[in-house]
Amino acid sequence: MMDVLYFAWVRERIGLPREKISTQAATVMDLIVELRGREERYELAFGDLDSLRVALDQELADFNAPLAGVREVAFFPPMTGG
Amino acid sequence: MRVCVQAEPFDLGAESNAFAAGVSGAGAVVTFTGLVRDNGGALAAMEIEHYPGMTEKAIAAMVEQAMARWSLADALVIHRYGRLAGRDPIMMVATASRHRADAFAAAEFLMDYLKSRAPFWKKELSADGAAWVAARDEDEAALKRW
Repeated sequence: MMDVLYFAWVRERIGLPREKISTQAATVMDLIVELRGREERYELAFGDLDSLRVALDQELADFNAPLAGVREVAFFPPMTGG
Repeated sequence: MRVCVQAEPFDLGAESNAFAAGVSGAGAVVTFTGLVRDNGGALAAMEIEHYPGMTEKAIAAMVEQAMARWSLADALVIHRYGRLAGRDPIMMVATASRHRADAFAAAEFLMDYLKSRAPFWKKELSADGAAWVAARDEDEAALKRW
């Protein structure tokens, strides 16, 4: 089981701030493909990968990063701090 | 170094004075303050969301990088989240160094990284509704100079 967190419009499109997901996905991209296949709202959130960012255990990562040993995955749009 | 991620407002004058008073061996203190743009009065409020846990770690890593790269006596970052009004201070950066070049460069570096690598998301609320602020290509490009 892995905690999956969503922020900003990703959270709004999915309708949840976080959920627990049981998955065999090997990489972030595998997880995205799996979630997109679930329901329309995930397709809406993950449809445009150019405007999606991911963090694994609170560190920015690439879509091809492995998920082995990861406890927390977060998906969000490009950041707008400052 | 000090990193504060907080909902509460901060007192720019008090923070700047305390920061300057706390550094030794510095001849220069640079401060930068970011304000909520009120878009000519059209903005009703700004909501800032963040990623508790990652935010503090990401900013601390940026500050450590700045301290390693420039000769800094100290550095401070304060960033707010939650609901803010137009013209409210959102965040501040302060850097101190023996000579001003290091403090200026480190403050610019921290600002560029905070814009695009600290997990905050801004939403503008106005009479027309609510809209997430989009990341700007220029902000991403600004990281390349470092």
